Amino acid sequence: MADKRRSKEKFFVVGEVRRGRLAPLCRELAGKARQLADSAGGEVTVILLSDRLAEDPETLFSSGADRVMVVEHPSLALYNQEIETNVLAFLLKKENPAVVLAGATTSGRTTLPALAARLETGLTADCTGLEMEEETGQLLQTRPAIGGNVMATIRTPSHRPQMATVRPRTFPLPPASERQGEVLFPWIPPSLFESRVENLGFEEGDEGGGNIQDMDVVVSGGKGLKRPDGFGMLRELAALLGGGVGASRPVVDAKWIDYPHQVGLSGKVVAPKVYIAAGISGSVQHMAGMQTAEFVAAINRDPEAPIFRVADLGLCGDLFEILPRLIERIREEKRKP
Amino acid sequence: MKIAVLIKQVPDTDDVRMDAEKGTMVREGKGAIVNPLDLNALQAALDLKELLPEGTEVAVLSMGPPRAHEALRECLSMGADRGILLTDRLFAGSDTWATGKVLAAAIEKEGPFDLILAGEKATDGETGQVGPEVAALLDIPFSTYVSGLTLAGGGVEVRRTVEGGVQRQRLPFPCLLTVLHALNDPTMPTLRGKKRARRAEIPSLGGADLGLSPHETGLEGSATRVVKIGYPTLARNTEMYGEGRLDEGIERLVAILRERAVL
Ligand SMILES: Cc1cc2nc3c(=O)[nH]c(=O)nc-3n(C[C@H](O)[C@H](O)[C@H](O)COP(=O)(O)OP(=O)(O)OC[C@H]3O[C@@H](n4cnc5c(N)ncnc54)[C@H](O)[C@@H]3O)c2cc1C
Ligand SMILES: Nc1ncnc2c1ncn2[C@@H]1O[C@H](COP(=O)(O)O)[C@@H](O)[C@H]1O
Repeated sequence: MADKRRSKEKFFVVGEVRRGRLAPLCRELAGKARQLADSAGGEVTVILLSDRLAEDPETLFSSGADRVMVVEHPSLALYNQEIETNVLAFLLKKENPAVVLAGATTSGRTTLPALAARLETGLTADCTGLEMEEETGQLLQTRPAIGGNVMATIRTPSHRPQMATVRPRTFPLPPASERQGEVLFPWIPPSLFESRVENLGFEEGDEGGGNIQDMDVVVSGGKGLKRPDGFGMLRELAALLGGGVGASRPVVDAKWIDYPHQVGLSGKVVAPKVYIAAGISGSVQHMAGMQTAEFVAAINRDPEAPIFRVADLGLCGDLFEILPRLIERIREEKRKP
Repeated sequence: MKIAVLIKQVPDTDDVRMDAEKGTMVREGKGAIVNPLDLNALQAALDLKELLPEGTEVAVLSMGPPRAHEALRECLSMGADRGILLTDRLFAGSDTWATGKVLAAAIEKEGPFDLILAGEKATDGETGQVGPEVAALLDIPFSTYVSGLTLAGGGVEVRRTVEGGVQRQRLPFPCLLTVLHALNDPTMPTLRGKKRARRAEIPSLGGADLGLSPHETGLEGSATRVVKIGYPTLARNTEMYGEGRLDEGIERLVAILRERAVL
């Protein structure tokens, strides 16, 4: 049994743990890796690095993991790019996997390139599609560029592992299964926990905490809001829907709202369940940042505004009438039992 | 202090437009600019130079086709001291790893540098991988998503803007940082700078100059291959509600918000 398993292709997921808790992407990627491994007869391992896990790693079996490797060390309390790279390079060199997946978060997008260079292999950034090619058994990695307006399919023909970062919330969470597995605590040479990078602290703040890239709903405003205080309505609407506020570039340039809220080519690319654009004309640069939203509603008084082309629902009229009415209706709905 | 700034020439995003018929986005591919975030990296270097004028030198390095010297010249006109173009037919088709190998070799040859600065990502490939890869190839400490930077005894203290807040880290020299737009506001080139830039010599180095074998660079030295490029359609079927039907439209939106479980 053990021997047979050793000959299987290995699919690895680099999980993410924040304050002892597993980020949802652990499950999402375990599920995706399971699907890929099944088509290649492989096995799935999730690696978790943290100072101390507050959750039971066995919960990942039901998402598709055959093994969970837990590395706990006090130096992992805050993200440390150097220690993560050291530890992962050590483990992966021994395990020699076919595929390694990680989240395209700030941590994944920092550790994985360094890791790939260390392992002398390629890395595909920010994938939104992954599948095993039947004829070759290779991983086909599809990723958007220029804000999703170009889709590139990429292969890693002869270097191993085949590595990819995946945008969180790209794949559905896998349904729970009855799968069982093992939890391992691999030995790591203590020197690998030493780092030239010293962590001085972490300040929680709105800038990232309200990161619109993590939100299910983004309500954005543009020059059609006329004045900075136009964002008041949008904040209210966003709060009612548990979402965040976005903006087009000119209103950020005019300092009506801060840069972290800018959506588009030179701002953030968002992919929420619902995107509501109010008073935004729909420049290509703006659309580069929001067209991957699942559902788009646009409010604009100009019926020719390009934003309507990429919208599922268009409300053509004055936003100063429409938004208050919409907010009022949502309030009513929320009061309903 | 010796500072290297890694800059990339990218297509001008002003040239991006929508193909009305197909509903896809197209690039004209005429204009080329310095990747916007790389100007923030350059500005950070220039700010440090202003702080420590004695012995500080800012070098800008770019790998690209011969025309990338334009981008280097622009950086010189902003105040960089020298530019180095890494160009070779054999570099064509490089992925981020192969690019990293060229840049790392050039940094070793032209260095030593105390600080290497890069943009967080380029607007064309949008990978953000080159910076960390260069750091790993040079085996120097690095940090990413830098939105604040100060000198601190033989190294730097940085603020990284990440999910949930700001992380503060200290790194010793030599180190590499990738920077965000929030770090600073790049200044415009000065007339004097432009004049100087026009006259400046920009040496080019190829693979042989850098001691790289043809197998290490370009398509051959890359681990990844692009096998297909697609242009997805952006246009959607729009349900429009105009004057007189706005209430109906609002009701429809409320229903959809319910369906999608965001309400
Ligand atoms: C290199 C480059 C990068 C860029 N990057 C970005 C980016 O990242 N993000 C970005 O957003 N832009 C970006 N831009 C800018 C972009 O090209 C547009 O200039 C910008 O998006 C337009 O913003 P807007 O829609 O808010 O303003 P406008 O184009 O002025 O649109 C305002 C809209 O509001 C409507 N309106 C006005 N009053 C009302 C009312 N009372 N009720 C309803 N509707 C009303 C108008 O009909 C109009 O359609 C970039 C540009 C360049 C060149
Ligand atoms: N060909 C290149 N020459 C010089 N610097 C580059 C090159 N490609 C990328 N970089 C640097 O790496 C950063 C990230 O680029 P990318 O990984 O392509 O998104 C850029 O902002 C540049 O600072």
